[in-house]
This record gives sequence, structure tokens and C-alpha cells, in this order.
Amino acid sequence: MTDASARSAQQPGSVLDRKPDLSAKRVKRRYAAEARFRAIGLGAILAAMAVLATLVSTIVSQGLPAFTQYDLDLPVYLDPTEIDADNLNAANYQALVRRSLYERFPEVTQRREKRKLAGLISSGADIIVKSYVESHPDRIGTTQILSIPAADDIDTYLKGQMTDILEFTPQAELSPTGVSGDVQLLASGDVFAAILADTKILLEVESSRLMDNARREQLGIDSYRAEIKTLQVQLEDALGARRETIEDRISALDAQANRRVLTAAQLNEKAANLSEVARSTGGSVDLTDEMPSIFLEVNGGLVKANRVSSQLVEGTVIHPLTSAAPAAGGEWKILELTTPESNRRVKDREAAWLHILKSDNIIESRFATVMFTSGDSREPELAGIWGAVVGSFLTLFITLSLSFPVGVLAAIYLEEFAPQNRLTDLIEVNINNLAAVPSIVFGLLGLAMFLNFFGLPRSAPLVGGMVLALMTLPTIIIATRAALKAVPPSIREAALGIGASKVQVITHHVLPLAMPGVLTGTIIGMAQALGETAPLLMIGMVAFIVDIPGGFTDPATVLPVQIYIWADSPERAFVAKTSAAIMVLLTFLVMMNALAVLLRRRFERRW
Amino acid sequence: MSAPLIILVVALLATLAYYLGRSRAAAVSGGNTAILHSLPGYHGVYVAMWAAIPAMLVLTAWLIIGPQLAEWYLLSALPDSQTAGLTPSQLNLLVTDVKNLATGNIVSRTPDPGLIRAAEGYANALTISNAAMVVVVLSLTVMGIAVGRRHIDPDMRARNQVERIFTVIMIAASSIAVLTTIGIVASLIFEAARFFTKVSWYEFLFGLQWSPQTALRAEQVGASGAFGAVPIFAGTFLITIIAMAVAVPIGLFSAIYMSEYAGPKVRGIAKPALEVLAGVPTVVYGFFAALTVAPMFRGFGEGIGLDVSSESALAAGMVMGIMIIPFVSSLSDDVMNAVPQTLRDGSYALGATKSETIKQVILPAALPGIVGAVLLAVSRAIGETMIVVMAAGLAANLTANPLEAVTTVTVQIVTLLVGDQEFDSAKTLAAFALGLVLFVVTLCLNIFALSIVRKYREKYD
Repeated sequence: MTDASARSAQQPGSVLDRKPDLSAKRVKRRYAAEARFRAIGLGAILAAMAVLATLVSTIVSQGLPAFTQYDLDLPVYLDPTEIDADNLNAANYQALVRRSLYERFPEVTQRREKRKLAGLISSGADIIVKSYVESHPDRIGTTQILSIPAADDIDTYLKGQMTDILEFTPQAELSPTGVSGDVQLLASGDVFAAILADTKILLEVESSRLMDNARREQLGIDSYRAEIKTLQVQLEDALGARRETIEDRISALDAQANRRVLTAAQLNEKAANLSEVARSTGGSVDLTDEMPSIFLEVNGGLVKANRVSSQLVEGTVIHPLTSAAPAAGGEWKILELTTPESNRRVKDREAAWLHILKSDNIIESRFATVMFTSGDSREPELAGIWGAVVGSFLTLFITLSLSFPVGVLAAIYLEEFAPQNRLTDLIEVNINNLAAVPSIVFGLLGLAMFLNFFGLPRSAPLVGGMVLALMTLPTIIIATRAALKAVPPSIREAALGIGASKVQVITHHVLPLAMPGVLTGTIIGMAQALGETAPLLMIGMVAFIVDIPGGFTDPATVLPVQIYIWADSPERAFVAKTSAAIMVLLTFLVMMNALAVLLRRRFERRW
Repeated sequence: MSAPLIILVVALLATLAYYLGRSRAAAVSGGNTAILHSLPGYHGVYVAMWAAIPAMLVLTAWLIIGPQLAEWYLLSALPDSQTAGLTPSQLNLLVTDVKNLATGNIVSRTPDPGLIRAAEGYANALTISNAAMVVVVLSLTVMGIAVGRRHIDPDMRARNQVERIFTVIMIAASSIAVLTTIGIVASLIFEAARFFTKVSWYEFLFGLQWSPQTALRAEQVGASGAFGAVPIFAGTFLITIIAMAVAVPIGLFSAIYMSEYAGPKVRGIAKPALEVLAGVPTVVYGFFAALTVAPMFRGFGEGIGLDVSSESALAAGMVMGIMIIPFVSSLSDDVMNAVPQTLRDGSYALGATKSETIKQVILPAALPGIVGAVLLAVSRAIGETMIVVMAAGLAANLTANPLEAVTTVTVQIVTLLVGDQEFDSAKTLAAFALGLVLFVVTLCLNIFALSIVRKYREKYD
């Protein structure tokens, strides 16, 4: 009998009395907890990968349309009276292109409509014509077919991002009453019944929305009435000035309530009207600009529908018909633009013109070379990333040429030569801290020291490269130190043994063996520098730079900053361009990281 | 001649010097290189160093000091009649005008004869200085070659000299890292000190109203600027908390799964995926947050009747958390792998399941490292710029509601410095004060994290 069991006999409930619960139930519970834990772990990894997949797929799906652009292959007459062969800069090339459009649609005469028609093409069309004339001066006086990029809204519309376009080819005969102006088109069957039914559904939806609003007004009225009642109770006890305030308030509330009663009545009446039209069978409905737009393409012309019944359409001719003869079934079409005109930037007239140009085979979709050859621009259809790519290249060149020698030399010194004292400890702590400093602080350093104190040019790749070199330095130093540490001491001692000096040991033996690790670290550091934005914003690279930079002191921008600038722009077409630029940036980064991994796998030796 | 061209010429001459030195060493040895102390190559490098180093030092000094000297010359050459009674900024404008006129750029005033004369003088001075620089540098190179060659002798310890200079170069390289830190601290403190002469540090650190405006005249609208940074700190704190709430569970659990449960196939897919997440530039995350995540939250919120801002802290915080996941995951993975296998084996031997081992043995053992990793991640989240610039709001808002728009320290730094305010105003200097606070806080967090790891780390062997 030991003391312990004696003790437990005296103190019931001590730990030695507890019997383990060996029941199968508990084992099952423990295994269930194990399975849950494992599932949570797997779930965490799957969540991270799902987010990555969402990110990549969103960017790619938004960015792919930006790699194609729609051009209009217009026949442009290079008018010799307009173009002076001795002074090619003075001609109004945009007017020549516009003239081509006006000639295609001679029925457009009003100034506002003509401006809309001219707005189909990019405002940079004159540059294209001018460069053509400069390279082919012998063609002045002839008509040439030139590829003019479409304006950015038109481009978005043509890519189908603004609205869906549905086409129906009914088999009934259609008889128009005229070739221009307001016409009526009578079909031989109930071909418009489906459109009529859809429109009525929309009217019903609008009606119930108006009734909801009326109900909300009624709630407001009720709350006003309740407040008036409370105030009237208070009025009985109030005296003097307070009495006046309460009376004023009551009358104000009363007036508001009456106003709202009127509004509610109006809403209810409108809702009732719409509902009546919607519930009636047959009849005809007016198409407003908050409903899908309907066009009829017949006899080479285009009619916009204003009023629809099951067999008859009343509309306005946008492009004249060639004749008023009846068109047989299968020779005319119904076009429906499902997004209402009030929700689109490209209105019905422009959509009609584009449809006609498309059937003329004037509209072509091509690879967007402008994306990769031109610099930034305020117009999305003229903007490209080439300026940013050149700027990135110049900046990274400076970064590499500054940080690689300094980083490797510093790491060699710290690893091999530095005595183990407090100073070198301090330097080591310093470098580790520098690696964790937020990047924007480096930007502040660049701003205060390089721009203000040294007076270097703003927004130049030189300054950007210097700031990024300071940021990449700790990464390279840490990677080089790790690579040097991995080389076994036996190599060093063998070299010393055959009479090499310390510097010779490093430069002839250790460094070449550590080089793969050093290069891997450098490539990863460069990849991080390529993606950096914040410090470069501080030194002014956020300016709007149109020209491609030519040297290290020209104003430039880099690819991530270009992405940032475009992400802030209001034009809708810039969303696709930004996503495309992100795709290009990610491609560069993936290539650099793959290169680093390849280097590591092929050349790194395990000692 | 431009600076890059001069550098190229000096480099070519240095290469030439190498060959000259080497051949001279061979000549001096009378064909028998064995009697030389050092290999002929070292003699060559010796001469090349004599050629390049003095020239490059003089070139660097000239490029740095030259523009400043030219400006002093310009100021002294301007007649007193033009410079009398000008405020410093007007004087600055005059100097800039002279410089622009000399280089052919746009001038802000119509050039009078005095200005033209000053510009011509400045242009002349620049040309003379440039020419002198070229002449001096190139002649230094040539003289260096001559001097170096003269030293070549069979007994000269060329290798030792070369190695000594090499060591000096290495020490200079290491000191650049120290100089960088000193530079950061000095520039931040200098500019922040200028700010604190205009706004008291007490108001800055504890004030509750952030509306950074400075008026040019007292009666202008922006005359009542407030520089209390507490709302900004609160916004940073809120977004960091949300980011940590996303990153720490997901990062920790993926690290646990990858180090304990995952087979080689899962590891082969998950580890590169996490590395890709880490390698995506933050501007891409910001774009994703601003254009996809924030509208999604807003639509979702409107659907269930909540009022979600289109720049909510929730969207920015979540995307920032996603960015930090690989950080937490890889650091925790390293720490958990460092726990020795003997502890795990002991636990399994007692009959514990894997999850019980992790919860009761490995995590407590790795806890200091994990805490250190989380603190480092917090420091990264605080210093993150692009995600919040694109997805978080601009107005300082003191709130704990993640559905509202808040602003952070880094957003304010960017907004204040990317505008076109003059550099002296309290508005732009406030950015430096914020930068100083940011630097100090992240530095303290890092040091704290490292000290925790070092203090509580178990030594198992």
C-alpha cells in the first residue's frame, strides 16, 4: 500500500479515483471531432483556392473583350482641296471621315443627329488618316478604305456588353404604308402578339410598382395624421408661445399630408390606367423608352416601332425603305434590343445606323493592336499599355543594376567578413526591419530625399528605380545570405587549404556555388518590385503620360500605376482595358516566378 | 556629354586599363610570371581600379553637388534690383523661370532683358560645368591608368591591395542598408517636425476631427482645418480587425491541414496556389475589391434591407484578409514543422487522435511562432496601401460599423501627397506625420513579434 492509495482512500474525488471513460460512444465522439477538424482544414484551403479562382476568372472574363476592337472600314475620299500636299498637318482629317458617314446616311440632316452620327467613330480618327496620307501621298485625290476605330461606347455596344440584340424572322407578309417619316406596317398574321404580351407584362410590373409607391405615400399620410392627433392633445394643455409653435406645426403637417394625398391619388390613377391597358386583350400599346426597343428591318430600311398591336406596328422610319411594296415572309426581320433606351448610352438611332453598317460589312472586329502599341489616352479606344511597359522596363533595369551589386556585396560582407560584434548585430536587425517596413514609407523617403533634397526629376524611371532598389535590397540581402549559408564549410576550408585568400575563397568558390540561390532571390525580388504601386505614387508617377518614355529621366509611368489610373477612370470601356492590363501584368509575374522556380529546380544543389 | 555616356566611356577605359595592366605585369616579369607576387590578372584589376574609382567618385560628387552650385551661382549673379523684396516662394519662382528660359521650356512671365541675361548666364554656366566635368573625369581616368601602371612591379602585392579595396566596397554596400534606415527616420522626423510646428502633437494624436484643409487667407472656407487623427487610426484598426478575422482562421487552418493531413498531391496543388495568392500585386486586389466585392456586398445588403456603403470597410477588410492568408499560412507552416517529431510521436503513443495532438500538443508548442506570425501579418495589414486606396473611403469616419466607409492612414498619406498642394502647407506635411506614426507602429509591432518569438521559443534539443 503506497501513500497515494492511502491518500485516495481518505480524499474521495481525487484524480486517482477517476476512471477513464472507455465507452465506444466517447471514442466515436473523438473520431467525429477528428473528422470535423480535418474537414475545417480542408475547407480553409478550398476557400482560399476558390477566392483565387474567382479573382482570376473575373479578371479574365472582364479583360478578354479588350483584346479585340471594332473598326469601321469606311471609304474616305482624300479630298485634294482639303489636303495640302506641302502642309499635311493643317488638313481637317476628321471632317473627311465624317463626310464618308454623312454620305452613307444622306437622310440625316439635323445638326444634332449629324453630331451623333459623327460620334460613331473615335476622335482619334484624324491621326490614322493623317499617317496614311503621310505614307501614301500619291493617293491624295482617291477614295481609300481606311480602318477607323469605333468610339468607346460603340465598341462596348458592338461587343454585346450594353444590350442583347434578338432577331426574329416571321413568316408573314408585311405591308408598309410609306418609305419615310411616320408609317404603319401591317402584317398578315399575329406576328407581334408576343411583343405585345411582353410589353403588357412590363406595364403590369410598372403598375404594381406605382401602387407600391402609392401605398408608401399612404403610410406617410397615416403617420402624419397620427402625429397631428398627438399634437392636438398637447395643444389643449399648452399656453402662449408654445401654443403658437404647436399650431404652426399642425398646419405644416396638415399641408404635407394633403399634398401626399394628391400624389397618392395620382399614382393610383396612373397605376389603374396601366393596369387596364395591360389586362385588355388585343388593343395596342405605346412603347416608351423604358421598354425594350423594337425595330423592323424591311425593304432595305429600318423602322423604329412606337406603337404595337398584334398585327399592326406604327413607327418612325430611321433609314428610308427602297420601296413601299409588301415584303414576303422571311424577307423582313424584327429586332429587339432588350435593354431599354433609357438604360443605355447608345441610343436607338445609333443602334439603327450600326445595324445598317454591319449589314454593309463595314464593321469589322480585329485584334486590338492599339492596346500594345500606344501610350495612355483619355479615350479608351486609343489607350494602350506600351508606355507603361517601357516605363516598367526602364525602372526595373535601374532597380536591378542598383540593388543586385549592392545587395550581394553587402550580404557577402555580413555573412563572411563581418566580425561578430554589436555593430553587425545592429545592421542585421536593421535589415530585417527594413524588409517589413510598409512600402509607402519608402515612397515618402523618395519624395523627401530624392525629389526635394537632391532635386531629381519627378516621375522619372531613375527615381522610381532608386526607390524600388531600396525596397528590394533587404530581400536580396536575406536571400543571398541564406544561399551563402547553405554552402558547406568544407568547400571553404578546402579552398583555404590550397592557399586561397579569403576573398578568393568567396569569389572563386562560394559565390559561384551560391549563385542559383542568389539569382532565385533576385528574380523574386524583381517580381515584387514589378508589382509595386504605392511608393511610385509618392514620387509622382501617377501623372497622365501620353508619350512613350525615351530615357531614364523622361516622365514615365509603370504598369501597376497605369492599372490604378485606369481603374479610377469613369468610362465604362476602361474596365475591360484595366482587366486586360492586369492580365498582362500577371503574365509577366507568372513568367518571372516560373523562371525562378525553374532555376531553383535545375541548378540548386542539396549538399 | 550626358552622364550615362560618361559612365560608359569610363567603363570602357577601365576595361582597357585591365588589359594594359595585365600586359605590363607580364612585361615587367620578363616573361616569367612565376616571379610576380600576384597573378597578372590582379595587376590588371589594380590598374582598372585606379582608373575607375577616383573618376566615378568625382563624377558622382559633381552630379550631386553641381546643380546646387549652379543655383547658388545663379542667385548671386541675379542683380539685387530683381531679387530685393521677394518672398522665398517668389524667389523660387524667379529661379525656376530663369532655369526654364535657359533650357527652352515655358516661362511664367514675359522675359525682360534682365531675365534673359540671367538665363544666358545660367546656360553658359551649365555648359562650362558640364564640359569641365567631362574633361576632369576623363583626365582622372587616364591619369589613374598612368599612375597604376607605374606602380606595377614584381614585388608589388597587387592581390592584397585589390582585396583591401574590395573589402572597402563591401563595407560601403552594407552601410547603404543602414543609411537607408537613417534616411527614412531622418526625413520622416524632419518633415514631421515641420508639421508639428504648425499643429500641436497633442491635437494630432488625440483630436477627433480630421479635415485637413489649410486656407491661403483667413476668411477662406478651408480656414478651419482640423488635424485630429483618431478617426483615421480607428478606421485603420477596424479594417485590420476585419482582415485578421478573415486571414487568421483560414491561414492557420490551411497551414494545419497542409503540414499534418495533406498528401503530396494536395500539397502540390495547394502550396503553389497559396504562392500565387501571395504574388498577386495589391493593385489587382484593390481593383477586384472596388469593382467586384464591394458592389456584391452592397447588392446583398440592399437585398436584406441593410444600408451598405459602396466603399464599406467590410469589402476592403475582406480582400485585405485574402491577401494576408498566404503570409499567415506559410509562417505558421514553418513554425509547426519545426516542432520535433518526438512530441507528436509521444502524443500518438498515448492514444490521441491527430486533431487532439494538434490542439493540445503542437499548437501550444508552436504558439509563440504563430503569435509572432499574426503580429507580422497585422503589421503588413496596417501598412497596406493600394487595396484601401481603391476600395475604402476618403472621409474620416469614427465608427465601429463595418458597413460604413472609413479611411486609413495610408489612404490619407496618398490623398494628401498626390494632389497639388504646395509642399509647405500643413496639409501635405500632415502626410509625413502620418507616415512617421505608421513607421513607428509597424517597427514596434515587428520588434515585439520578434521578441515574443525569441522569449517564448522552446528549445527542444
